[in-house]
Order: sequence, then C-alpha cells, then structure tokens
Amino acid sequence: MAAGAASGGSAVTDTYKESRTWLLMPAWLTLSILVLAPVTMMLVYSFLTKEFRGGVIWEFSLAAYDQFFFDRGLFGDEAPKVEWTYILIFWRSIWQAGAATILSLVIGFPTAYFIATRPEQSRPLWVFLITIPYWVNLLIRTVSMKFLLRDQGPFNDLLINIGLIDTPIHIINTNFAVQLGLFYSYLPFMVLPIYAAVERYNFTLSEAAADLYASKWVTLRRILLPAVKPGVIAGCILVFVPSMGSFLAPDLLGGAKNFMIGSLIEEQFKGNAGNWPFGAAASMILMTMVLIILLIYARQQARADKVEG
Amino acid sequence: MATAKTAKFDIKSYRGFKAMTLICLFVLYAPLVVVTIYSFNASNSITTWEGFSLHWYADVFIGPDSDKFKAAAFNSFVIAITAATLATSIATLAATAMVRGGKFRLRTVSFGLISLPLMVPEIVTAVATLIFFNAIGFDRGILTILLAHTAFCIPFAYLPISARMQGIEDSYEQAAMDLYANRRQAFTRILLPLMMPGIISGFILAFIVSLDDFIITNFVKGAGVETLPTAIFGSVKQGIKPNIMAISTMLLGVSVLMVTISYFVSKSDNTK
Repeated sequence: MAAGAASGGSAVTDTYKESRTWLLMPAWLTLSILVLAPVTMMLVYSFLTKEFRGGVIWEFSLAAYDQFFFDRGLFGDEAPKVEWTYILIFWRSIWQAGAATILSLVIGFPTAYFIATRPEQSRPLWVFLITIPYWVNLLIRTVSMKFLLRDQGPFNDLLINIGLIDTPIHIINTNFAVQLGLFYSYLPFMVLPIYAAVERYNFTLSEAAADLYASKWVTLRRILLPAVKPGVIAGCILVFVPSMGSFLAPDLLGGAKNFMIGSLIEEQFKGNAGNWPFGAAASMILMTMVLIILLIYARQQARADKVEG
Repeated sequence: MATAKTAKFDIKSYRGFKAMTLICLFVLYAPLVVVTIYSFNASNSITTWEGFSLHWYADVFIGPDSDKFKAAAFNSFVIAITAATLATSIATLAATAMVRGGKFRLRTVSFGLISLPLMVPEIVTAVATLIFFNAIGFDRGILTILLAHTAFCIPFAYLPISARMQGIEDSYEQAAMDLYANRRQAFTRILLPLMMPGIISGFILAFIVSLDDFIITNFVKGAGVETLPTAIFGSVKQGIKPNIMAISTMLLGVSVLMVTISYFVSKSDNTK
C-alpha cells in the first residue's frame, strides 16, 4: 500500500522534513492508543477464559480457538474432529464480499470512467449524483433496499403489473440480496478513487497508442488500466474489507440462512449469553485473514512496480 | 471497424459505459425514491397505498418516539462534526509529513498505522475498542463513541488529502520560499489553499463515515446513549414502520442540502 501511495503522483519531496515528527505525532498517538492498543488487548482477551455473564476471567486458555476449529464431542473425550460450522461462515463471508467487489468493479469502473471523461464543468455534477445516495445513512439504505425488494414490495408489484411475472421473485434472504446490499453500501468507495485516478490520467498516452494502431480496448487494457491501477486497487480494498465484516446487509437482507462473520462476532458481545474470548478469537482470525490478503496484494504490487521500473 | 483516425477522434468514449452509468444511478436511486414516496402514505400498512398524507412526519415530531429520535439526532451530529474536524486536522498534518517530509525510516510504518482502520474490518475495530475500554475501566458513553469515531475516520480523511497533495507540484512552495516566504508561510499560504478541495472531500468523507456508523457505535455506546443509526436499528428490528420512512426521507433531505452546500463551496473555489 505504501507503494500505491508513492506512485501515481509527484515524487515525495522534503520541504517539511524538519517538522515531520511533530506533524505525525497526533496521528501516531491517536491511532496507537485507539486502534493498535485495542487490537493488542483483543489478542490478549482471545487467550483468556470466558466469564458466563460476558467479559473474561484472567486465566490463560486456548478454549476459544479450540472451539472455533475443532469439535471434541459433548464431553471432550472424543478424538477432535474439524468443526466446519464456523469455517463455513468465514468462507461464505469471503465469497459474498468478493462477489460484491466484482459487482462494484463491473458497474463502478465504467461509471467512474464515464464521469472522468465528461467535460470538466459537468464532472462535479456527476460526482454529486453518485455521492448523494451515499450521504443517506447506510442503515436506511439497507432498509430501503429491503422495502423495495420484498415479496410484496414495489419491485415485484411493478413486474407483476406489467405482466412480466405471475408470482413474486423471491430476492430477500438470498445470497444475491446480500451481494446487492453490499454493492449498494460501498459502491461510491469504488467509484471515487477510480474517478480520481482516471481524471489525473494523461489522455495523450491513449492518443499515442491509437496513433500506433492500438484498438480502443487494447488501449484501455494495456495503457489506461496500468496507469489507473492504484485507484482500482484502492477501490477494491475499500469495498472488499468493509464487506467482509459487514453486519447490516447480511442481517437485514440475508436472514438466518446467510449468516456471515459479522453476525457471529456480534452475537458474542451482545446480551449476557456472549462468549468474549470466542468473539475476540473470531475477530483475530478475521483480521489475520484480511491482513494476509492485503499483504499478498502489496507484495504483488511491489513486484509489479519493480518489473515495470 | 473504425479507422485509426476516427478512433483517435473519440478515443475517450467506450460503448456501453454510459448505459452502465445509468444502471448505476438507477440502482442507487430506486430504493430511496420508493421510500420517499411511501413516507407520504396515509395508510398504517407499508404495503398498500391509500393516498397522500403528512401523518407520519407529524408522528416523528410529536409521536410516542419523538424524544428518543431527537436526542439521537443531536448526538449523531455533535459526534460527526467533532470527529470529522479532529480527524481532518490530524490527517492534514500527517499527509504533509508523509508527502512533503522526505524519505524516512518510519514512513512505511506510519502509513501502515494510518491505514490500519481501513485494513482492519470495522467489526474487529468495534470489538477491539469495546475490549479496550472495558479493560482500562473507561465508562462507555458519548465520549467513547467520539474517540472511536475520530480514530476510525483518520484514514478516510487522509486518503483524499494525500492524493491531492501528491498531485500538487512542489514548485509552488519552492517559488514562494525563493521569494523569502518561510516554511510556515509556504504551508499556510500556498500548500493549504491548494489543498482545500482535498481537505473538504476528506472532511466530508470523515463526516459521512461517522454519521453513518452503526457497528462501532453499537459496541462502544453506553446504555441509554443512542445515535440515529442505533435508534433506527432498534426500531426496524420490530419491522419497517412508516415513521422510519418519514425519518429516512428527512435525513435524505438534510443530506442533499449538505452535499449541495459543499458542492457550491467547491464550485466557487474553482472559479476563483
């Protein structure tokens, strides 16, 4: 990610070299105390013993991770078997977030490109149109989506009235509803970075490619896409990461059959029946997975930069 | 097949991209338009339309739930404005060090730290923050929400700000300093004004993220403290009611108003 920040713009300069420690201090302090320390504390909690009314007892235990991966039978005497329940919940979350990211990219990229190639005066208006729905609270948008797509909702009413279908299409409580909800939730995060990248893109490069008889799609793939890649990656990360751990879309649009990690974790901390160490362990596993994905991506990026340079 | 010459002529346009944009806008707006229409429904049921009425708007302000929603709205806006202001200031300073501070050993580490809230899924941040406040014995309330939001909003403010700064050539400040401006003047008189569009979009993004947030707030809020999302979620759990649609429509109105203001602010800035 550091590579992404450094490329695609002017090089790093050192005008404010002397003051950089002071300039960075507020960010360091805030993020160390409010993000880094809490994550460390969560790691510690995942190795503690659960207190039955929520919270923890300060006693080392591997029970949380054990419960996640293994099934030891009712009394713990049987040989451990792999416990698939939670692993499958994780797998579904990755799959759903990936599908939502692809959906956002397929619709978001042409949109961002189209906006960035409008005449300069009208671009802010298009960005404005894309951002307005985003200003509406996520919860409200998810509820609106549910209202619209319900079996007796306006969408099905319309299709029945114009005679396209006889019985309502069942959308709510399916995987597709969740993907649609996630897509709807985070689409502007895809459009805005790509838009910013395409807007900065120097179109004389495309013209040069066209002069050398490259077709338009070749130009798009070989010239434009590599140039705006940091924006595309930023967009994908900004959609994928929040989708993975999302709670509202699966909870409101997916129903009990489409349970995702977010709900599993939430359950451990809400109410009195929760298991804090198990919730902390599930969170650790989710976070590790996301960080590994990001690390692989960053590595590949760095390698790609090296090859090009 | 187009010849090289005509291809060059409309090199920027691709068939189907406009259609995609229109589909995109349709998907974004259809649910909101439908909810707005139904908020004016006279019926007690959400399924049937029984004519125009302002009944549910009155219900929001003087109905049985009105006090709850007013208090929640107040909390939401105070938290969002404060958190976005703090996060934008912190992010602007950090971006200056990162983009204009030369290469240094802690640069990558700093960038990792700043992006941490983006890389860590929101639900994990929520769990971690809850555990942290619990472990140090900090009572949960508005302050815990505000602190969590500020930290969480920093990368959202940072990204557009640093992107903008990378696009501004260093030569403007160098020219100012050649003309005997000191570093502080170069920063406040040259870099900051040039940065304004980035700072504004950073602030807007941070504000949205804070106002929008349900998950972190739900974890770190104290008993009895509600923001609009948590209050609405509690109500929606018992089924979508028409008064929720009225609140949604009003929030939509507020949002459109605020975006419009920021739109004209940035527009007047460009024409200068």
